[in-house]
Amino acid sequence: MLGEVIIQKMKKIKFKVDKHILTPKHSKLSEKEKAQLFEKYHVTSKEMPKILRTDASLRELDAKPGDTIKITRKSPTAGESLFYRVVTDV
Amino acid sequence: MADEETKQIEEQELDAVKQAIEGKEAKPERIEEEQHIYKQVKSIVFSVLSPKMIKKMASAKIVTPELYDKEGYPVDGGLMDIRLGVIDPGLRCKICGSKLKECIGHFGYIELARAIIHIKFVNIIMTILKCTCRECGRILIPDNKIPKTRELLDQIEKESGIEDRRQKVKEIITSLKTANKCPNCKAKQRKLSLEKPTTFIEDDKRLSPIEVRARLEKIPDNDCEIFGLKVPFVRPEWMVLTVLPIPPVTMRPSITLESGERSEDDLTHKMGDIVRINQRLFENINAGAPEIIVEDLWDLLQYHVTTFFDNNIAQLPPARHRSGQPLKTLTERIKSKEGRIRHNLAGKRTNFSARTVISPDPMLELFEVGVPFTIANKLTVPEKVNEWNTQYLKKFVENGPEKYPGANYIIRPDGKKKKITEETKEASLEELQPGYVVERHLMDGDVAIFNRQPSLHRMSMMCHRVKVLPGKTLRLNPAVCTPYNADFDGDEMNLHIPQTEEARAEAEILMEVQTQLISLRYGLSIIGCTQDAISGNYMLTKDAEMKREDAIDLLSAVGLTEFSKLPRKSVISGKEVFSALLPEDFEFEGHSRSCDRSKDKCDKETHVVIKGGKIISGVMDRNSLGEESGLMLRNIHQKYGKDTSIDMLGKIFRLGIEYLLRVGFTSALADTDMPESAKAKIRDDLDIARKEVDSLIAQFREGKLETFPGKTTQETLELRILEVLNKARNETGKTVAQFADKRTHTMIMAESGARGNLLNLAQMAACVGQQAMRGKRIDKGFEGRTLSHFKKDDFGSEAHGFIANGFKTGLTPAEFFFGSMTGRDSLMDTALRTPKSGYLYRRLANAMQDLKVEYDHTVRDASSKIIQFQYGEDSIDVSKSENGAINVKRIINTT
Repeated sequence: MLGEVIIQKMKKIKFKVDKHILTPKHSKLSEKEKAQLFEKYHVTSKEMPKILRTDASLRELDAKPGDTIKITRKSPTAGESLFYRVVTDV
Repeated sequence: MADEETKQIEEQELDAVKQAIEGKEAKPERIEEEQHIYKQVKSIVFSVLSPKMIKKMASAKIVTPELYDKEGYPVDGGLMDIRLGVIDPGLRCKICGSKLKECIGHFGYIELARAIIHIKFVNIIMTILKCTCRECGRILIPDNKIPKTRELLDQIEKESGIEDRRQKVKEIITSLKTANKCPNCKAKQRKLSLEKPTTFIEDDKRLSPIEVRARLEKIPDNDCEIFGLKVPFVRPEWMVLTVLPIPPVTMRPSITLESGERSEDDLTHKMGDIVRINQRLFENINAGAPEIIVEDLWDLLQYHVTTFFDNNIAQLPPARHRSGQPLKTLTERIKSKEGRIRHNLAGKRTNFSARTVISPDPMLELFEVGVPFTIANKLTVPEKVNEWNTQYLKKFVENGPEKYPGANYIIRPDGKKKKITEETKEASLEELQPGYVVERHLMDGDVAIFNRQPSLHRMSMMCHRVKVLPGKTLRLNPAVCTPYNADFDGDEMNLHIPQTEEARAEAEILMEVQTQLISLRYGLSIIGCTQDAISGNYMLTKDAEMKREDAIDLLSAVGLTEFSKLPRKSVISGKEVFSALLPEDFEFEGHSRSCDRSKDKCDKETHVVIKGGKIISGVMDRNSLGEESGLMLRNIHQKYGKDTSIDMLGKIFRLGIEYLLRVGFTSALADTDMPESAKAKIRDDLDIARKEVDSLIAQFREGKLETFPGKTTQETLELRILEVLNKARNETGKTVAQFADKRTHTMIMAESGARGNLLNLAQMAACVGQQAMRGKRIDKGFEGRTLSHFKKDDFGSEAHGFIANGFKTGLTPAEFFFGSMTGRDSLMDTALRTPKSGYLYRRLANAMQDLKVEYDHTVRDASSKIIQFQYGEDSIDVSKSENGAINVKRIINTT
């Protein structure tokens, strides 16, 4: 019994922040959705809130700088609220 | 070639600056004709002055530290040279030809004998020196990489602004500092360090400012640009001074003392030192003095120039007056709370304002402010004379400045202000005609802005109507204390009188008390009844009855003139009296304080039901009338608007007070009396609790106490004891509530929510309870015990701050001591917490001050960056809601 070694993939046992119950849902907008959003608020990516490319919650989204992330949060006042962020480097 | 080009650009720039600064100089005769030169500012450049520029903009070269000659006349080439501006009345400026106050002064300069490091640029010089080659002066980036770096910087600036570019420049600089070989000329770089404040050391050898300057001169223009220094405007070597600009005398005026002696400004003193040492340095260099002496003088000059800019350098002793107090030099003039910016520019001292102690006057309307005669005589309102009001205004002039509705000044159409005195009264009266302005005394109904600091929200400054009253304090209705957060323990408030029609209109429309009724924080009325007004209305609406005559007397004292709403009976109930103030068609239903809130429609008789403007059932208490609570006031406001509701609020307030005045209201010691049976029950409860605690302790000592999970046995014991003692205290509270006479005034106050609660009463009548510090029983003092007359390791209730007596019975010495401990603790806590939370709030308010909700419901900052996509995530304007929510049911029912 003693000395038995179990090998597991690091990926399997690593803690995943983006899967945590307190992390709001992040999803990537398509180019069309992004254009609609920017049109709706009359903004360019300069006026948008930012999110770091290395943000842990974007781990599985394959987000590149310039992409827009939709964040669906639970809100005490509105039930569910939407927020958008543009991915940036640095 | 390049040199000549820069020269040209410099020259052009110089001309422009010179024209802007001294545009008057070009055509002095135009000034005489009172003609103004209009120019449009296209752009402004902030940069470093070049030595050439300093010389060009100077009108005098300063060569001598002397100020005045024997006759007391300013010395030519001295620091008070008349070419630097006029400070004597009657004289004309030699340079610009204008008089005192018109001439803004002119700069001079000193030629420094040796170069001096400018203290404010030391850090920039340091980074530039570290990032450039000591031999060839090139930036330590290989030639082939320079265009790429530029591109990167330009791109960052285009994308995310100048702030981020600066950030990137900093990053590049930090990466360069470590390079030790020049990529250009392959010269080895030496270790450079800064010996604060102004000495540069390279490999243990000192670099003189001259050497520093020589190195900076070698840096090519193109390389400078990467550091963010654009060349025609800044050259790095300008950060090492060779000439020093002398500020005009107008910014450092001398004061003539009573003895006729002149006392000079701190800056003049400092510059005197600089000029003196500079002259000595010149002489010594010219005489060929030994290098040590020259260097000593050079260091001294460096010290003086440094302290001239900033007298608060950590490594340098501050330059002092002979009296020992430090000089206030350039940086100190600008910086910190007493500096130009926070004290003078952001400071809030104004004319046409008053400040005194405040006191309450419930007979004032809510939107009035009582102003003492003494203040009304000094504060004025300008009124323009025209055909129709000449007679009316003449009366004020006739009264003069002393007699009350009078006037203090008249202003002629050409703007000349004339004071009205007993002597000039007749003449002023004579010349008064349309076009003149009379500054008359403050009168009833004038618009004033009333304010109490700290002005944390917009209700801290509201517009009131003046009511001139005898007395020496500013008076306000106690109901408006809440928005100002004022009380009358010595608070002072400020009063401002708007001076133009526009300002008055703005104040009236935007700032009147009426418009501020509903808080934009929680959507309920911030102004409501307080204290006595609540008690009074509670007693009145509960079970009061009175004769019809008394009811009419009461209502007319409140300010009501229309009594048709009173029923035609000889005995009128309190509810009917109160109903007389309500509009005919007012409908309302809501909980009172003693209602069962779990049910939507509570069946108790205290449940408030108002139909057709009449109270059908229920009592008026804090829930309906109070500030910051209750929907009744909110509903009145919603239905009848601000003017009706403020009028009604004032009347309800006065009704409560007037009623109390008639029936009398006192909190007596006897209110805390308990029947013998209640006393016995309280005693028994406490005895049982004490025994229970003792048994817990016994169990603990025997090791039989069951430990809570995640706690030690000791902690478990503490928790169990606390639980038992709290239960006992609550039990006594219940007993008191049960046996206390509901008709006593103390109980009325507690029940109506006017002041105090049942706990306060229980603490007086029965038992004060456990004293706790940091959520635990008191456990401090001596080794193993709290006070020296307890045994060690006594876990009993008495030894750890349980006060079994009530305030009326009196506390034992030990109990009193424990009570004082928690009292002191909470006092310290509030004293320390208030400034901390205040500062926290200030920082939040400053950080968010330019956030704004746009028409598309997004919250954006001043550069229209989005902060929130939906305001508050639900886009509800709280000030238009009821307690943060929208009552959909009522909206449907009413439409």
